[in-house]
Amino acid sequence: MSDGVTPVVHHAHAPTSFIRRYVFSLDHKVIGQQYYMLALFSVFIGMLLSWLVRIHLVWAKFPIPLISHLSPNGAPGGVITPEYYLSLLTLHGTLMVFFVLTTAPQSGFGNYILPIQIGAEDMAFPTLNMLSFWTTFVALVVLVSTFFVKDGPPISGWTAYPPLSAIGGDAGPGLSLGQDLWAISIALFCIGSLMGALNFIVTTLDMRCRGMLLSRMPLSTWGWLITAVLALLSFAVLFAACILLILDRNAGTSFFIPGGLIVSEKIQPHSGGSPLLWQHLFWFFGHPEVYIAIVPGWGIISQILPVFARKPILGYKVILGCLGSIAGLSFMVWGHHMFVSGMSPYSGFLFSVPTLIITLPATIMTLLWLGTVWGGKLRLTTSMLFALAFISVFVTGGLGGMFLAQPSLDIYLHATYFVVGHFHMVMGVAAIFAMLAGTYFWYPKMFGRMLNETLGKIHFWITFVGVYAIFMPMHFLGLAGNVRRYSEFTDDFLQPLIPVHKFITVCALAVGATQFIFLFNVFWSMLKGEKAPDNPWDATSLEWSIPSPPPFDNFDGKHPVVYRGPNEYGTPSGEKDFEMQATPPAEIQRRTI
Amino acid sequence: MASKEVVASGVDASGGIWGGGVRPFGVPSKKLGMWLFVISDALTFSVVIFAYGYLRLAAADWPRPFLFVPSIVNASVMTFVLMTSSVTMVYAVRSAQLGLRKASVWWLCATVLCGVIFDVLHLREWAGLIKEGVRPLQNPWGTPMFGSAFFSLTGLHMLHVTIGIIYLLAVAAMFGSSKATADDVEVSGLYWHFVDLVWMFIFPLVYLLSAHR
Repeated sequence: MSDGVTPVVHHAHAPTSFIRRYVFSLDHKVIGQQYYMLALFSVFIGMLLSWLVRIHLVWAKFPIPLISHLSPNGAPGGVITPEYYLSLLTLHGTLMVFFVLTTAPQSGFGNYILPIQIGAEDMAFPTLNMLSFWTTFVALVVLVSTFFVKDGPPISGWTAYPPLSAIGGDAGPGLSLGQDLWAISIALFCIGSLMGALNFIVTTLDMRCRGMLLSRMPLSTWGWLITAVLALLSFAVLFAACILLILDRNAGTSFFIPGGLIVSEKIQPHSGGSPLLWQHLFWFFGHPEVYIAIVPGWGIISQILPVFARKPILGYKVILGCLGSIAGLSFMVWGHHMFVSGMSPYSGFLFSVPTLIITLPATIMTLLWLGTVWGGKLRLTTSMLFALAFISVFVTGGLGGMFLAQPSLDIYLHATYFVVGHFHMVMGVAAIFAMLAGTYFWYPKMFGRMLNETLGKIHFWITFVGVYAIFMPMHFLGLAGNVRRYSEFTDDFLQPLIPVHKFITVCALAVGATQFIFLFNVFWSMLKGEKAPDNPWDATSLEWSIPSPPPFDNFDGKHPVVYRGPNEYGTPSGEKDFEMQATPPAEIQRRTI
Repeated sequence: MASKEVVASGVDASGGIWGGGVRPFGVPSKKLGMWLFVISDALTFSVVIFAYGYLRLAAADWPRPFLFVPSIVNASVMTFVLMTSSVTMVYAVRSAQLGLRKASVWWLCATVLCGVIFDVLHLREWAGLIKEGVRPLQNPWGTPMFGSAFFSLTGLHMLHVTIGIIYLLAVAAMFGSSKATADDVEVSGLYWHFVDLVWMFIFPLVYLLSAHR
């Protein structure tokens, strides 16, 4: 092939200007950290919003200081109106799903770690990488700006169902400029994610070092690769849907708006469209999106468990098969979000069966993780604790999914807190636990210092117990018929459930406050943490064979060579119970003789 | 399970040589990137085509306004021009690979010319329809969604052709002054052929299916 030659070995030096080095950087490591920090910012904003939401649910008349400055109309005197409650809910969902769950595990860790794990100097297209981050950044700025426009953020939820989202200001607060900004923000986010996904796939396939066969790639790299494929296929769909929504709102088209619609006593000047069309397009993206959030987590967990169990991962290729089959199935099940939207029972059956089939690979994977831990010499670091807790919340959340996958049950449960509890457990908490496990695991590599383990363990135990206290009761609230999206529970049949909601709110405040310990740990350790050695966890993959933090060109101008897979644990040769991927066989022979 | 065999110097277990630095599937990164972009963009087009089909099937009175003369003839000429541009693009790529720099630049310019003719014919048709009273949500013949779907779908495609014209001009200029390689010409060709291919779906679905009975 025309460029089938080994690239020339050369030292690359970091740019000296501050702007090129830390702001508009082409270095995948800086971009990874930028993504991580963007997600960290978003997750704390999203969490504060969830506090406001929880407080309003149980103490609706409680005046919250400062918030009246943010929105004099939405929270006069600090008391949140029902409409502003929905605005806060929309932004909570949008920030968390797009700017946290999609951004941190894939673009954050993936950008930083993936090129090093495959032995590359950088991503395949560094400029595109920078562009994808800054596009995402602009998307975040546009989204957050909805707080400061006249009506505040849209009230249509993170799924932005039309006609509510499509007909403009008549439909309610935030649906004029706020909803426009929301659609623009998400369209931009799609572009950023598409550029990132394209870059990840090309990098993983093309930039691997000598000896890095596909079958020797760490499972975290596989997770990022599969997620990139999902993102490439699904964000293209959401992008087009957002464009159609923007056209409906501003160019007079009517893709999503049916005829004869009367809103706020006005006949809407649209006809011919279908709100269901948006739901199909949105969920065709939306279900793969669930896996975009969780597959990197599965990869990260599959990478971390063997390190701290000192055993090879059980069934490397089976896990790969599971990841691949779930990724494939994720494109065939979008209709299970629409059982209550009006659907032929036959279609419901068609979407239900593949949804239930997904539980098979998911269960196989869970059992393989448990098998990996079984009989291992466990090292219970904070990272490992979060990895084990990931399995726990993933199973708990997943079991709820089996109820919701069946149309007959979903019709009852769909509009209740059961769904809230389910997806927060499996998509929110499980994915966040994988991110936290990844943070405690890779922080030494990313920032050159160790995170404080004592603070980490306090953070872990309160968070772990707390998330169960928050989200398990929600399942039972749902079974009791507690409707979601209501801003207050003044109906007779909901009154007896209010004490449960108060308990949830108190737990949410406590767990949220605990996250500030984590935030403190992250920034304090950057300055005062113990200096990290090259390989603090005795792990095998390539990133642990170079200094912490890595030099600008990762391998110091050399090209690493890989001799084995990433799972050589419990294979004693000399004093070590593991073999690095990059250790030459000759060195092992020397050591063992 | 991890492979236990210790393999020296990057020769994999099956005996194949995997030296690193080599593109494993014989595809340069830029070309692979363009293929992935094409896949992703194809999905974006699919959505708009799907939306068009969804709305058309749901509508009771979808208009079929395109008379054989001039609409179908005009669209056929546009199709012919676009197919011609694919042929000239093939010549441009081939010349580039053979090292015939000048010829390649000329073929690229011919491709651009076809693209411009396509855009001009298309805009003229748009202007005609607008004159007849077609708007995104209004037309003299039937369900108002006709305009929405027609302008969105053909507009998205026209945007792609226009971006392609700029892209090919840039590649031609850079290849002419030796700043781009033959691979870059080939990659731009992938984009151009893809845009042509999309038209091969739009032509029958939008024009022929809406021909006047």
